[in-house]
Amino acid sequence: MSQSVCIISTRAPYSGQSAREALDAALVCASYDIPTALLLMGEGVFQLLQGQDSRHIPRKNISAMLQALPLYGIDSIYVDERSLLERGIEASQLCQSVTMLSQGELPTFIRQHSKVLNF
Amino acid sequence: MKFALAVYGAPANSQAPQSALHFARALVAQGHEIVRLFFYQDGVNTATAIAQPPQDESDLPAQWQAFIQEHQLDAVVCIAAALRRGVVDLAEAKRYQLPGSNLRDGYELSGLGQLVDGALLADRVVTFGA
Repeated sequence: MSQSVCIISTRAPYSGQSAREALDAALVCASYDIPTALLLMGEGVFQLLQGQDSRHIPRKNISAMLQALPLYGIDSIYVDERSLLERGIEASQLCQSVTMLSQGELPTFIRQHSKVLNF
Repeated sequence: MKFALAVYGAPANSQAPQSALHFARALVAQGHEIVRLFFYQDGVNTATAIAQPPQDESDLPAQWQAFIQEHQLDAVVCIAAALRRGVVDLAEAKRYQLPGSNLRDGYELSGLGQLVDGALLADRVVTFGA
C-alpha cells in the first residue's frame, strides 16, 4: 500500500499552539510529496471561521495559513460535519470551501490513509 | 512490529509522557521495535535536564532518559517546538546567544520531517497527548 497521511486537527485556532503545530506537520508531510489530507474535527472547526483577526492577541492568522495550503499541495480540507452542527456553524461562515464528511463517512475516510497523525 | 511514538504533553501538565513511557516499556517487553520517539508540542519539556520534581514524585524526564539510553532509542525533539519552549542544546544556545542549554543527553534536536519519516518507517504510529 502506498503511503498517505491524514492529519487530524482538533483544537481551536488560538488555544495554545496545537492548531499551528498540526498545520506545520501537514506542510512537512506534503513537502515530502506524500499525499496529505487535513481533517478538522471538534474545536478544530473554529480554525475555518471567516473574519479572524488575530493581530491583537497577537498571533498569526490560522485561517490565512489554511488558505495557503493549496500552494503546498494540500488541495482539500475535510471537515467533520457533525462538529460544525454541534457548534452552530454554517458552511457559509467558513473562510474557504471544504469537503464535508458525515459521521458515517469518517471511519472510511480515515482508513483510506496509511498513517494518521492526531493533534 | 515497528512502532513510532509521538509525545505531545509535558510531564508537569499532562499524563502523556507517563503513558507513553508505560507503552514503550510494554513494546520492548513484547519484542516490538521502536523506530522513533518524537517529542513535539509541549512534549519537548520531557527532554529538559533542569526540571527537578519533588523527591517523593516520579522523575519522568530522568526515567525517559534512562529508558532511551538503555535501549539506544532514536529520540528526536522537534527543534522549532523546543526553541519556542526553552529546550535547547549547546549548538542552539550558541546560535541564539542564550544563557544556557538544557537538552538531556540521549535526545537530538531535529525537524518535523523526523516525525513524518518515523511515521512512514513504522507499521504503527501512536500519539500521546493529542
